[in-house]
Amino acid sequence: MELLVASAIGMMTAVGTYLVLRKRTFPVIVGLAVLSYAVNVFIFASGRLAIGLPAIITEGASYGDPLTQALVLTAIVISFGMTALIVMMALGSFLETGDDYIAMDDDAPKKLDLPRKPGGEA
Amino acid sequence: MNHWIIAPVILPALLAPFIVLVMRHDLSLQRIFSTFGTVVLVGISLVLLYTASTNPPEVYFLGNWDAPFGIVLVLDRLSAMMVALTAILALTVQIYAIGTGWDARGKHFHALYQFQLMGICGAFLTGDAFNLFVFFEVLLIASYGLMIHGGGANRLKAGVQYVAYNLLGSTLFLFALATLYGVTGTLNFADMAVKVADLPPGDAALLRVGAVLMLLVFAVKGALVPLQFWLPATYSFAPGAVAALFAVMTKVGAYAVIRVYTLVFPPGTPATELLFADLLLPAALVTLAVGAVGVLGATGLARMVAFAAIGSMGTLFIAVAQFTPEAMTAALYYLVHSTLATAVLFLVVDMVQDRRGNDSLRGALPPMAQHGLLAALFFAGTIAMAGMPPLSGFLGKLLVMDVTRGPDMALIWTSILLSSLVTIVGFARAGSQVFWKAHAITVTQEQPQPKPEGFAFAMIFALLAALVALTVMAGPVTDWLAATSAEIFDRTAYINAVLPVGGR
Repeated sequence: MELLVASAIGMMTAVGTYLVLRKRTFPVIVGLAVLSYAVNVFIFASGRLAIGLPAIITEGASYGDPLTQALVLTAIVISFGMTALIVMMALGSFLETGDDYIAMDDDAPKKLDLPRKPGGEA
Repeated sequence: MNHWIIAPVILPALLAPFIVLVMRHDLSLQRIFSTFGTVVLVGISLVLLYTASTNPPEVYFLGNWDAPFGIVLVLDRLSAMMVALTAILALTVQIYAIGTGWDARGKHFHALYQFQLMGICGAFLTGDAFNLFVFFEVLLIASYGLMIHGGGANRLKAGVQYVAYNLLGSTLFLFALATLYGVTGTLNFADMAVKVADLPPGDAALLRVGAVLMLLVFAVKGALVPLQFWLPATYSFAPGAVAALFAVMTKVGAYAVIRVYTLVFPPGTPATELLFADLLLPAALVTLAVGAVGVLGATGLARMVAFAAIGSMGTLFIAVAQFTPEAMTAALYYLVHSTLATAVLFLVVDMVQDRRGNDSLRGALPPMAQHGLLAALFFAGTIAMAGMPPLSGFLGKLLVMDVTRGPDMALIWTSILLSSLVTIVGFARAGSQVFWKAHAITVTQEQPQPKPEGFAFAMIFALLAALVALTVMAGPVTDWLAATSAEIFDRTAYINAVLPVGGR
């Protein structure tokens, strides 16, 4: 089982890393999602792998590590929210600029997008 | 138990949803409540600063659960100082944003701003590695919103890069946390410090992997080479007021390095020894060089200031990498200085951008409204940033150089002095291009309307006044900081405060 879990984490990390290095936003986002799956399994595995152990302490019996389960739940929620956010931002960027490349021209001088309202003083 | 310790987290956390839900359509109300909240935050942070400087580290047990089973917040001099710095910077930047109307250019500026403050204050106060991750995410998700505030194609594109980079950083952080949890079985800083000190030698390699992964995460936050790539685009395309607030975000990375690598993995730990100092120092030197070269080569004012911010992080990390109490005093002094100086420059650059229409350094443009005043402010800000006398940048660099006497002295001193020279040349070139050559251009069309924006200018002057105060009061400030770094290196006080004595 250790080999299975470890190679699954390794495969997902490799796939995620490859996708993150792509030029367009869509593969990058998928790569980030795959990486977050990898890390979720990894956190879960850091509480040691065991089969059939109860999650609640009972007298005289061993139990599964409850903390990693709480950690992985938090990590899932956060990565889910972040993925939703970057999808929205990538979509906004695609609609504004007309392409979905990650790279941008760094040397372009900053243009102001909206004129500042006169009398903006509070 | 002092309940005020959690107030810097709770207050913005309650205020932000209140602003979103109740006063979504009324900007004036948002401005009043949000500014009021930040003023209260400044008050609370000053009280906490006073408490922390008179008492040993204080711990707030959430839900009154004992550490390491429950979550703890820890208030010591370092965290109190960082919270106070954040609150004061946040107040001035917020009034600047209101004064220039930045907050009216998009929705929910004030709500995001309060969430941002919640994340930053929480990251400074937490005594638990997983909560540090959670507060990092809170401050990041608010910063994503603030960064693209006002919209625009370039800003959105830079925003996507910023989010992607930081999501990778968060993933790395989780890998680091899981590794460390797998080795030590705890995530509470104080408990980790105890467990790491007497770790079986067989686990040392795994511990080093986790600790270095964590250092990489903090290097992303602190814009340390080779993980600084997100910073120039983010800071130069973010709204000026937001970039000024972000000046404290890189300091979150520096704070985390100071906290974790003095408390949990101090230089004497058998498993890690001087590993982190050996990794940090070369990275910091290269960061300094990259910052200086970037200042010289930048084609826009905002980008130039962003590179200057990278360079200042390099100087800061050079001092941190010494891991001695004296060096930490210098590092903390430079940290306060560079936060304020970066904020001043970003605000001035925002004013210039607004009046000229762009911030290109490629060609001269006719004089803008309030030309002389902005030139003077830019001059003062760059003097502080480059480290020339009479402002605190000079004293900060002097302190850093004073504490780096030793085997690496030749390398460090050369890097700091040369990079300062290059930075001065870069700033001088930009100043003459933007402010000086403007006078040579004959004005064909009528002068642009002068905008008074009194509040905004007052806030730039307030930040400059803070820099002057930091210079004039350098003696008492360094005394206080020396006591702070003594407390940082006195690990037993922190550990005994968090863990019940004898119950380990």
